[in-house]
Formats: sequence, structure tokens, C-alpha cells
Amino acid sequence: MKHDGRFGRYGGCYVPEILVPALEQLEAAFLEAEADPRFAAELEQLLTTYAGRPTPLTLCRNLAADTPARIYLKREDLLHGGAHKTNQVLAQGLLARRMGKRRVIAETGAGQHGVATALAGALFGLETEIYMGADDVARQQLNVFRMELMGAKVIPVTGGGRTLKDAVNEALRDWTASFPETHYLLGTAAGPHPFPTMVRQFQRVIGREARAQVLEVEGRLPDAVVACVGGGSNAIGMFADFIPDQSVALIGVEAAGKGLNGHEHGATILKGSHGILHGTETLVLQDSDGQVSDSWSISAGLDYPAVGPEHAHLKDSGRATYVGVEDDDALAAFQALARSEGIIPAFESAHAIAHALNLARQATEETIIVVNLSGRGDKDMAQAVKLLKDAA
Amino acid sequence: MSRYEQMFQRLKQRNEGAFGAFLMLGDPDVETSARLLDTVVEAGADMIEVGIPFSDPVADGPVIQAAADRALSSGVRVDDCFGLIAGLRRNHPAVPIGILTYANLLAARGRDKFMADAAAAGADSILVADVPSIEAEPYAATARTAGLDLVMIAAPNTPEPVIRRIAALSSGYTYCVARAGVTGTRDALSLDHDRLFALIRDAGAPPPVLGFGISTPEQVAQGLASGAAGVIAGSALVKLGLDAGALRDLVSAMKRATALPVEQREQHGHFA
Repeated sequence: MKHDGRFGRYGGCYVPEILVPALEQLEAAFLEAEADPRFAAELEQLLTTYAGRPTPLTLCRNLAADTPARIYLKREDLLHGGAHKTNQVLAQGLLARRMGKRRVIAETGAGQHGVATALAGALFGLETEIYMGADDVARQQLNVFRMELMGAKVIPVTGGGRTLKDAVNEALRDWTASFPETHYLLGTAAGPHPFPTMVRQFQRVIGREARAQVLEVEGRLPDAVVACVGGGSNAIGMFADFIPDQSVALIGVEAAGKGLNGHEHGATILKGSHGILHGTETLVLQDSDGQVSDSWSISAGLDYPAVGPEHAHLKDSGRATYVGVEDDDALAAFQALARSEGIIPAFESAHAIAHALNLARQATEETIIVVNLSGRGDKDMAQAVKLLKDAA
Repeated sequence: MSRYEQMFQRLKQRNEGAFGAFLMLGDPDVETSARLLDTVVEAGADMIEVGIPFSDPVADGPVIQAAADRALSSGVRVDDCFGLIAGLRRNHPAVPIGILTYANLLAARGRDKFMADAAAAGADSILVADVPSIEAEPYAATARTAGLDLVMIAAPNTPEPVIRRIAALSSGYTYCVARAGVTGTRDALSLDHDRLFALIRDAGAPPPVLGFGISTPEQVAQGLASGAAGVIAGSALVKLGLDAGALRDLVSAMKRATALPVEQREQHGHFA
């Protein structure tokens, strides 16, 4: 390895020795691609003509109209595929082809990263297999169908808790035996080095665009940038270019689920402890022995018991702060944005909206807030129908 | 001299390879697990490898995963595992006992305390499945302080500089994997280990013991014939579950297969 992949005390490369050559090959390919203008040009062309970048920065007209704050939405929901995930699957797909791999594998929770990987697999002509917890397969039939429509094979995982973390375990096991011809297209800025660094670099286009857009329209930097955090890829992509701007508060919003005092949440940074999971040293929801807990959130994308190591470091260093938003408040924000702006956010992004709305209500003077609207809510419709009917 | 060194020396005099048996601690519960551990030593296993169950065992195939799930479902804690090791040590003072587990359990207890507690219970070595050589230095230092051998994994694809790091950081034995992938049984054993064993010998790394996929007495003999100082069977034993009789029979048969043919005795001198 050229780099140790450390973010303060976090990060690193904790995988079985057999897998290290795969990660060394990936790091080398990534560093080479970063230095290659042809790679940048091909990715840029795909992001523009296939995925629809740049995405707009939209000022909310009504959501915070009774406050002194202006809330801007970075519209990753308008990206092809419906979420920010597309940015990095295109980049990793190009890398996979560059490394001469003929097959990609991925993990998915509710299916968003699986769908994104399936589209990249179709586009680049790569055999695609998606590991998905058996319970998630049953709950998310529509996404399973989407993946299959694009030619991917969905493999239900029956071990462990049958959800996202078990899908990651199974993908890692597959990769241990298959890496000579297979790329593991990991879905977030977590996992062993070089994934956290690589995924951040492939997602930082979000913050780069947003920073330029807000400067253009407001003539100044925002006071706060808000993004939801599960594994942490949309948040790190949004934060990266703002990190040197000390005047900009960086706020990550975790899933507080049914409340931070119980065990049914996904608030790893707020409630987790130091650990090593899925190849990286980070914060983990676990018991005192180190057995990893099952997390909970209404949004599958935030339902993960670890977090990308750079977020753990940004918390320690104080550069970013992290807060929790409960299921009910996220659901209220989901409805509020739909009503006030005609935009239906993903449940994940609704957590960020909820916190931005809190900030706006607390504001006593002009405040500019940029929220990463990381995905659209189409995928959540069936669940929303059920939740809102139950609440009525 | 460590228990591993004593074992290899003893076996060399008898012209035998080492047979290691792996069991998951606490599978399916603490009492049964204690009985099965004694069973495999009494059936002839030369070294015992014990898993401390972890919720997310990425290096393990379905059989070992299921064993860890059974142990955790029955409420087994890390303290219980150290208790089982202490019991095994009391009953069998000479047999080398090695721990196989995952980094998060060490992080949670504190690496120093985990290794100190393991040594105090009577363990001889520890292998942390998700700590590769690039992350292993602090683990090697802690193991030295605790008086444990740090065992590391090498595979046919492991490059030479890594073998040299393994030689510098590890002791006891070198866990050589018989194939790429996770633990589990396979019909055919890939035995392309000439290069690996030569590298291990030249680098002065600890003696190679072959694991991953050893499931029959024939494969034990093949593994030793390929030049390994020992072999470890795991999934094949764990699969037998609670059947102590079948476990005893398979371990005995595998141990019997460790007698070295005359023409091979010389070559084994390299490691023992």
C-alpha cells in the first residue's frame, strides 16, 4: 500500500491477509486513474451526459419562509438513478474496467446501491451480482426487480441478521475468493482502505458544485451544510470541499430511530464506541464484548451499525458535529418538503431536512443553510403509505 | 521452549506431522463445548485451535459462521471462552492452544487486556483473522508482552515481502491457507504450496500449518506430503455438531494419517 488510509486514529485496512493484494491493486488503480486526465475526462463526460450533472441548487421558497433562514437543497435526487450513489458507481465501474475485471459484486440494504451498481454493470458490460439480506429482499421486491431488469443477479443472504451488515460480510467473503476477476463495488465511504478515500474523492463533486453554486447566488459561503449520515458517502461528498472553510458549520444527521435512549437507532457516531468492522477502525454500535448490534431506522440507507472512518475523525477533531433525528421527525420533514416545495425526498435525506428546519427555526438572523438532498423518495412510497396510514 | 516448539520436536522424533483440531468455543453451549474440547484432545489432536465467536466473521464460511451464531445465541460471552480455555489447560497441560478470532473483540476489551487474559487462561497463541501483516505490528508487540505467539496467515498468493514481515512479527506456526476464500470444506484440495513453503523456509518464518478445506484423513496425508509441518481441520469437525462419538472417530482417523512415509521424513527436518 502507498498510503495507510488513516484518518486520525480511525481507518486502516483490517481484512484477511488473502484480500490485501486485491486492495493493493485497487489502490494502485485508483491513484493511477486520479493522475490520468483521460480517466477524469471519461468520468466527466458520463456524469454530464449520462447522469445529469451538474445538479441544481434549489432555494426553498416556502419551507422556511417564516424564519430568517434560507434553505438551499443540493439536488442529488435529480441525478440519474435517483440518488448520489450514481456518482461513485460510474467512477468505480470505470476503475473495474481499467483493472480488467469482468464481474462486479456489491452489497445493498434497501436496494439503492444495488440498483446503482446494476446500472453501472449494464453500462460497462460487467457481470453483476448483488448481495442483499433475505429480509430486505422480501421487503424491497420492487428494487429487486429493478436490479434484475438491468441484468443483475440478486443473492439473498440468510446468515446473521439477514440485513445490510450481513450483506457486506457476504460480499467480502465472495471477494476473498473471486478478486482476480471481480471488483467489489462497495457502496459507501466505509470499509477497508482505499474505499473511504476513494469514495470521498468520487463523491466530492457534490460539495464542489454546491460551494460554487451558493457563492454564485449568495455571494458568500453558507453558515451551515447539512447531510444525513449512514455509512457517510453523501455527507463526506458534501463536506469535503467545505472542510477548509472554518466559518461553515458541517453537520451530519444520524438516524435516531425510535430514540437515542433505547437500542433501536442507527446513531453510530452519537452512541457507538471504538471498534473495527468491515475492514475499518471506526465507531461501532456494539455490546461490551464487541459483538455488533443490529441498528434500526425507518430509512434503510441509515440503518448501519458502523460509519465511515473520516466521519469518526471529523467528530473527534471537532470540525464536524453530528446530531440525531428520530423516525417521526424525519417522516414529518418528508411530508413538509413534499407539501411546501413539491419535492419528495428519500427518507434518508428527510433526516437532513428535519435538522435544517430546526436550525432555521432557531435562527435569529439571516442564515444560509445548504442541505444535501441525497436522494428522491420514490423508493419509499410503499413504506410511506403504510406509515402514514398507521399514523392517521 | 514454547508448547508449539515442544510439539514439533516431539512429533519429529516420532516421524509424524501435527494434527490441529478447530472448535468454536461455546458451540452450542458452554458445557457441551468443554466436553467436546476434551474429546478432541483425547482422540489424538496434537494442537487445539479455538474460535472465540464474533457476530460478523468475514473470514469464515457457512459452517463456522453457524457455529459462532449458535454460541452467541446461547449467550456465550468472551469471559466464558477464557473460562473454557482455562478448563482445557487444566485437563491438558502440554497441548498447544491457539485462539482464532476477530479484531473487534480485542478492540472492545482492550488489546492489552484481551491478550493478557488469553495468556492467563492458558492460551499459547492468537490469530486475528482480520489483521493482515500491514496492521499487525501493534498486535505483535502486545502479544510479546503478554507472552503469546502471534500467528499470521499466508496464502499461495502472498508476496515475498509479506512473508518476510510475517517472519519478523509472528511465532508459533504460520497458518497457511490451502486455497483462496473463506473457511470450509471442499472436495478437491489445491496444493500449489511449493513456492509458499520455500518462501517461508527461506524467510525463517514459523513452520507452515495448512488449514482451510481439510476434511478427510486423505487430505491430511496430502497436506503433509505437500510439505506442511501440520494440518488443521475445522469445518469438517464442527459439522459433526454434538456427535462426540463421530468427532472422536474422525479426529483419530485424521491423526493416524499424520504418520510420515519414510521418503518424506528428511524433508520435514526443515521445519521441525
